[in-house]
Amino acid sequence: MDWQAIWLSVKLASATTVILLILGLPLAYWLTFSPRRWKFLVEALVALPLILPPTVLGFYILLAIGPRSPVGALYATLTGGLLPFSFPGLLIASVLYSLPFTIQPVAAAFAGVDRKLIEASWCLGVSRAATFRRVVVPLARAGIAAGAVLSFAHTMGEFGVVLMVGGNIAGVTRTVSISIYDQVQALNYAAAWQTSLFLLGFSFTVLALTYALQRRVWALWPAS
Amino acid sequence: MIAAVLFSAACAPHATPQKLSIAAAADLQFALDDISRGFRQAHPELDVAVTYGSSGNFYSEIRNQAPFDVFLSADSEYPRKLAQEGYADARSMFTYGVGRIVVWAPKQSPLDLARLQIHALEADSVKHIAIANPQHAPYGRAAVAAMQSLGVYGRVESKLVLGENIAQTLQFVQSGAADVGIVALALALAPSTRAQGQYWEIPVDAYPEIEQAGVVLSHAKAAAAARAFCAYLQSAAARARLKEYGFYLPEK
Repeated sequence: MDWQAIWLSVKLASATTVILLILGLPLAYWLTFSPRRWKFLVEALVALPLILPPTVLGFYILLAIGPRSPVGALYATLTGGLLPFSFPGLLIASVLYSLPFTIQPVAAAFAGVDRKLIEASWCLGVSRAATFRRVVVPLARAGIAAGAVLSFAHTMGEFGVVLMVGGNIAGVTRTVSISIYDQVQALNYAAAWQTSLFLLGFSFTVLALTYALQRRVWALWPAS
Repeated sequence: MIAAVLFSAACAPHATPQKLSIAAAADLQFALDDISRGFRQAHPELDVAVTYGSSGNFYSEIRNQAPFDVFLSADSEYPRKLAQEGYADARSMFTYGVGRIVVWAPKQSPLDLARLQIHALEADSVKHIAIANPQHAPYGRAAVAAMQSLGVYGRVESKLVLGENIAQTLQFVQSGAADVGIVALALALAPSTRAQGQYWEIPVDAYPEIEQAGVVLSHAKAAAAARAFCAYLQSAAARARLKEYGFYLPEK
């Protein structure tokens, strides 16, 4: 079994989830509560990765982070490195690819928070930021957890985008899905079986645990 | 196109063209488009459809009854295996060309490939070198063998990035994500890339011969048409086209 690839995928999925939570919570809040009329445009933009095939994303991302693009050139001047075929490059691709998987459940959960509680908090003189932190987020935690798990799982299973931009470097961009693809291509079916089975078991366990927590099979937090 | 299909269907209701499906290695993309045009003219009764992809992929697909009639591989190993396992007709196997590899860089690249030759890969400005995945792409294996025999492999190994097939390898370099690559001469000579790049041909004695073989599949629905196509590929006209597109021709 290709432990190096499995570990890389876990690392990529964890980093993607953390970044998406940091970026996603404010963005989802803005999408839910902003009075701007043109926010539907941002909503459409965020949802694009759900519709676009990974090939389109991968093709554009490779051009967008390459040394000839402004983003790639800026990164090169700042760090001296290049984004394509690197872990940070893969991370950017994964964040874009999994963005709707965080935003949509979180935004839905924010929309479900009772507006009266938020306004009561504001009336009591609590700032918007503190209200967000102490009222909105705790009440929306199930949706936030769902978004985090979906983003994590989606990145673990990411294949097309990584194939298009990764360059298949062992330990850097050869994720578990690419490793399985290589094993099948090299007719090494026994190894493909093992790694696939591991991934299947891992994914099922992660999802089952999440749903169990949501259904409060074990009471880890007090009932709201 | 729809109009053309409807029109031909209306004119010849009694002769539905027989479908001939070909699975071909990605490096044949341009050569085969051209060659199959000649074959279509000679056989208007056949509807020829070509699918391009990685040979390793086709191998597993064919073992699972993929609906192809002819398989043109980027090596001779996959067709031989298919024949041994009973998925292809061993007697139909033939070599249609011998692949060649080149070091390729975009025209605007600061590298002077004609002067640096294989040592272009060692230049400081080169951060990434794209090759096809040697685990399953015949051109990737040839690239690794060439770098080893020319004595640069140890120094450039850490710069390698792997394309899924030889066409993606070229795309990595064209996009600027990789600085230089080792690709098939057939792709360097393709009409769409010829003007964009510069290349240096790696001497053929630096890597094992990339003998490319074709075979008619056992479950072929259009076996007679498949054999006719294989015969056409070995005709003087087709061989001349293959040569133009960068394949060495097998000895007859």
